[in-house]
Amino acid sequence: MLVHPNEASGIGSSALAVLEPDERNTMNAAVGNSIVLDNLWKTYGSFVAVGGVSLSIEAGKFCTILGPSGSGKTTVLMMLAGFSDPLRGSIRIDGNDVTRLPPQKRDLGVVFQNYALFPHMTVHDNVAFPLKMRGMNAAEINLKCSRMLDTVELGSLSRRYPRELSGGQQQRVALARALVFEPRVLLMDEPLGALDKRLRASLQVELKALQRRMDVTVVYVTHDQEEALTMADQVVIMNGGQIEQCGTADELYDQPMTEFVAGFMGDTNLIEGVVTGKGGDGVTRVEHPTGRAILAQNGPCAVGDQVSVSLRPECVSLEPCKGRLPEEPNAWNGRITNVVSLGDALRYTIVIGENRPTLQIELEAKISRRGAHGSRFSQGEAVRVHWNAADARALARRKR
Amino acid sequence: MSQSARNLACADIGRTESKAHAFRRFRMSSLWLLVPALGFLALFFAYPLTAIVLRSFEGADASMTLEHYEAFFSLPIYMRILWQTIEISLMTTVLCVLVGYPLAYVMANSSPMVRNVMLLMVMLPFMTSVLVRTYGWMVILRPTGLLNHVAELAGLPHFDLLYNRSGMLIGLVYTMVPYVVLTLFSVMRGIDGRLVSVAHSLGAGAWSAFWRVYFPLSLPGVAGASLLVFILSSGFYITPRLMGGDRDQLLASIIAYQVDVLLNFEFASAIAVILLVITLICFGIYARLVGLKQLLTSRT
Repeated sequence: MLVHPNEASGIGSSALAVLEPDERNTMNAAVGNSIVLDNLWKTYGSFVAVGGVSLSIEAGKFCTILGPSGSGKTTVLMMLAGFSDPLRGSIRIDGNDVTRLPPQKRDLGVVFQNYALFPHMTVHDNVAFPLKMRGMNAAEINLKCSRMLDTVELGSLSRRYPRELSGGQQQRVALARALVFEPRVLLMDEPLGALDKRLRASLQVELKALQRRMDVTVVYVTHDQEEALTMADQVVIMNGGQIEQCGTADELYDQPMTEFVAGFMGDTNLIEGVVTGKGGDGVTRVEHPTGRAILAQNGPCAVGDQVSVSLRPECVSLEPCKGRLPEEPNAWNGRITNVVSLGDALRYTIVIGENRPTLQIELEAKISRRGAHGSRFSQGEAVRVHWNAADARALARRKR
Repeated sequence: MSQSARNLACADIGRTESKAHAFRRFRMSSLWLLVPALGFLALFFAYPLTAIVLRSFEGADASMTLEHYEAFFSLPIYMRILWQTIEISLMTTVLCVLVGYPLAYVMANSSPMVRNVMLLMVMLPFMTSVLVRTYGWMVILRPTGLLNHVAELAGLPHFDLLYNRSGMLIGLVYTMVPYVVLTLFSVMRGIDGRLVSVAHSLGAGAWSAFWRVYFPLSLPGVAGASLLVFILSSGFYITPRLMGGDRDQLLASIIAYQVDVLLNFEFASAIAVILLVITLICFGIYARLVGLKQLLTSRT
């Protein structure tokens, strides 16, 4: 078992949990451990589940691994937890190579999607389990358990069995059990997946607060990009067993490096074209097959590349089209084919170049109700569509 | 009781709301489908059982009497056989669980390929007659049989494993183990493997993870299998008769003797009822400890 720095220095680790983060830092107490994955591979027969994943997570950060099902994100987490052995590559936690260490020696908290609470134990016994396994005495176990259960606001339910709790309560028990032994790293596999939307939102906030308070490094696997946006310091997008892109949520949203990332982090319009010029002013010029010109910020592409231009629906502006204005770069004429109310906003579908059905462009625009200058377009109306070059991004298409 | 049993059946068949609903509708219009089964049960189960119970109270001049029960409980020989039956059934149960648990564990936790092969091996004895299998064992275990022949060649001492308690237990355990394996297997398959993974991640080694998580969750299976084996072996006749010694008589042999040789049907009925009561007591204990629901559903 790894020895925590705080245990080695003789400071009661339980006392630290109740201190404010600032106090803990000034005491130079334990913070979450850094994690380094180096060229991890995992195959099942001929299927490559994870193909060369390298990733570095800073100590104390909340890292979300985001990807569709089958992208290898859970496999990465299982290798990190020690439940599955990588074919190649290494895993280092706090600088120590743990690649071949069994799970019980890694000292990580793990929360599964279905909570995996022990059904034959009470809430208290579930939370006490990791402490018992560490050979603590009964008094200490009881103290730590009740403190942890109070933290997740389940103190009054400690005598209940898991089946007598709601989904959200079970989730908290799983969290308490994974954190009670003060691991420096917490691994979570879609922990909120089975809960309803409102509960999920409130647990997201709690989880983030708990992570800050306990100063633990979190690796959180999900397919829900909203969860990634609300909680993560660092987002890793996986697809087909590889990392597509890694960065903060804003970076991924504003500067996606691939079509996949652009489409997975929020909604986007993708317009095909060929790069015809890259200016020193940071503007890339792209030509659509119909000859329409698109100006976009400089993205990962070169002149002559086949690209998809990513344009977020909320970056598209609409104006009433009075008369037939000539089309210009980033200012096209179109017709509204669909209007959907989203409550706070309206989503328009606009078709550009209706006279050439095979090459027509379909764009979505999301216009806030308040910002729409009171104007509202209806289906069939002719509109002028325009956007800023800085809001569009040309992404080289993957060579297949 | 019948209501809750029906609810159980309902819950088991219709796991989802809509299924349960469809099932209820289906049941109302299709009760008549039960008639052949009910008729069969009435004719071959309810009637003989009632007849035996009534007969056990029948005196010489067709009057009601308790004399057969008095005879049974006052003669030390019968009491000794009763305790012997219970003792041997308990020994069989313990041995069966000791043998069957590891087998079921390996089956439930191995690849589908290995599992299917093992399942076939466990099922294979069911496809052969009990009598043939028993004689097979006798050929092996006989004083001049295969085992002793091999032992002689290897310079080992003579094994005395037939016509005594060892022989009876070998025969009983061999016959009952498949029931244990299948019962435990179905319960073990229902245990979420991630619970053991979680136990590891929380610091439990292989041993603690098994004893603190896996084993407690498999206990309903152990209880169910034990109940099954105990009940089956307490009434088992042919194998103990052939492989056991004359000193280790079981109740079933006495019943057969009363019917076959002495033609004392009333006394035989009384012993049969006593055996039935023992079985019901076991059920009662099981229901109190585990709940009958565990016996009817394979899920934990």
